[in-house]
Amino acid sequence: MNEAKIPINVEADIIVARQAGRDMAQKLGFGIADQTRLATGISELTRNVINYAKRGTCTITDDSDQSMIRVRATVEDHGPGIPDVKRAMADGFSTGRSLGMGLPGTKRLVHDFDISSRPGNTKVTISIARPRPSGTVQHVDRRQWTTRR
Amino acid sequence: MKVPILRLRDILLTSIQVDLTDREALDFQSDVLRMVTKTEAKGVVIDITAMDVVDSFMARVLNETAAMVRVLGAEAVVCGMQPAVALTLIEMGRELVGVETTLNLDQALDKIQRLISERVGTAESVSRSEEGDGAPENGDAYEHPSLAEQEAPSFTEEG
Repeated sequence: MNEAKIPINVEADIIVARQAGRDMAQKLGFGIADQTRLATGISELTRNVINYAKRGTCTITDDSDQSMIRVRATVEDHGPGIPDVKRAMADGFSTGRSLGMGLPGTKRLVHDFDISSRPGNTKVTISIARPRPSGTVQHVDRRQWTTRR
Repeated sequence: MKVPILRLRDILLTSIQVDLTDREALDFQSDVLRMVTKTEAKGVVIDITAMDVVDSFMARVLNETAAMVRVLGAEAVVCGMQPAVALTLIEMGRELVGVETTLNLDQALDKIQRLISERVGTAESVSRSEEGDGAPENGDAYEHPSLAEQEAPSFTEEG
């Protein structure tokens, strides 16, 4: 499985992480809009790490299967956690100096969004998936591919 | 990485060519404001053609910079947003874009000239108004100051 793990310790790591996400998405065949959605989502999530937990990690994974291309980003930290996840997911809620659009906005950008948080561990997973563009199927049993379609 | 700010007659021209860290984005903001005051510019054009990611933080910085420039007594236009960036910002939340925008630099120069001429005669009352803390008057703690500012009645209505 293709994977990139980026430590998030300083502001510049936000840029490194979102660029890594974009690179992976591009490599897998996602278009510019999906690349930008993923990069922006990673930017939001890793900024939360810097602002609230100081340090954490961003793991970008190729989670594609035979029928879909899928890129997943998992952003994890061991900070104080989000006291009220439901509230944090509401538009306009912010405890920091922000628009409070980061989490709900990111959710709107991606196909899957999963968040779990408790003191000492916050983990947000986002992924974007598209049907495999025709002609790019590799190392796949042709018959299985057509049945799945 | 410092973003260069060029003066062209009474306009300041600046183009963000690299990914800015949050700190660099805020430095850029204060550089713009300092330059507006120093050069007595009437308008600022911020070109973001090269930016492939504008997240909610960067959107806020751009909105706020434009609002601050207006409070100082000048005008601001952002130009050249990439289609994928526009798409992402609107998907995240329509309210993230709160600044005058144009497709390209050409249109930005036209627009800023128009905004400047519209302001003529009201500039004094604007520059006299104090910066304040930008706190929204409606007491909604979650509403961001820059949004409140942009929704406030236009200064031109006073004169």
